[in-house]
Amino acid sequence: MYIIIVGGGRVGYYLARALLNEGHEILIVEKNAHFCDIINEEMGSVCVTGDGCEAATLAEVGTGRADMLVAVTGDDEDNLVACQIAKHKFNVPRTIARIRNPKNVAIFKKLGIDVTVSTTSIILEAIEKEVPTHPLTHLLTRSDKGLEIVEVRIPPDSKTIGKSIKKVALPEGTKLALIIPRDRKPVIPNPHTIIREGDQIIALTALEREEELRAKLTGI
Amino acid sequence: MKIVIMGCGRVGAQLATLLEQDSHEITILDIDAHSFQRLPPDFRGTALLGNGMDEEVLRRAGIEEADVFVAMTQGDNRNVMAAQIAKHIFNVPRVISRIYDPLRQELYNTLDIEAFSPTTIFAELVKKKIEG
Repeated sequence: MYIIIVGGGRVGYYLARALLNEGHEILIVEKNAHFCDIINEEMGSVCVTGDGCEAATLAEVGTGRADMLVAVTGDDEDNLVACQIAKHKFNVPRTIARIRNPKNVAIFKKLGIDVTVSTTSIILEAIEKEVPTHPLTHLLTRSDKGLEIVEVRIPPDSKTIGKSIKKVALPEGTKLALIIPRDRKPVIPNPHTIIREGDQIIALTALEREEELRAKLTGI
Repeated sequence: MKIVIMGCGRVGAQLATLLEQDSHEITILDIDAHSFQRLPPDFRGTALLGNGMDEEVLRRAGIEEADVFVAMTQGDNRNVMAAQIAKHIFNVPRVISRIYDPLRQELYNTLDIEAFSPTTIFAELVKKKIEG
């Protein structure tokens, strides 16, 4: 495949290396001539100095025949524009954008970018999985539907311990789907199910109710 | 009309001042508080510190009730991104964006963003002056 990488920073550099090793044809577009020289010295002539958000530069590097364009500069807006120009002016079949601000994931999707990679979200998810004390973990988010599935762990100091679900006034637009106790089998909760310390509760919630749900269940 | 302007540079500040004199309701955004010094002392609109590419900031600026959104920062890509958020996420009826690069301006015009390029306009203006 012919893959164009916009941005020759660390991410672009290592991405190019890996993709070259897999036998793809790679071209990097990088604004900084000095970075470009370093890349060309190490990897052969794979880097062109220029602005990857400019149609003229993209035309020069043969974007018209590219199978994919990956925009990995440090600025979300630059990555958006590079992908949009590739898509709408050069009909590149697949465009991938790196995103810094996790809020932009939904926006980029709506603006027609095929794939987005939010490094911030990935690191955050890893932290949430690794740190079990964190009371709320996102399992699945459907921001287009305003809905998410979360896991809430009941901490030892929670006021809800020993109460039935009926007694915990859950916020509107939330539903408990499954309770996984520490030492027993998972149960589908009913209004009389008692909440115990260490329970993992899988719940559905509207995006804007997430915080309220966490507060109610962990009772802090 | 309610108008949100992103970027309080020379042009943004001037535009805000002129529109406010015509008694429009103006909110002007900038990421640098010093930029607001460009506004006249009797400016009655709202000057809001924040990034216009951030949905939350735009909401605080009242984008949901805005009739017009104008992107006037120095960065073409910033303008284009904010303009598309205003148009496609908040459905602002009229979105205007400054894009210096004429090629990019052409593309975004076809993508339904009302964009103009000061580069083209100014070059033509000077050409006319020279040729009479």
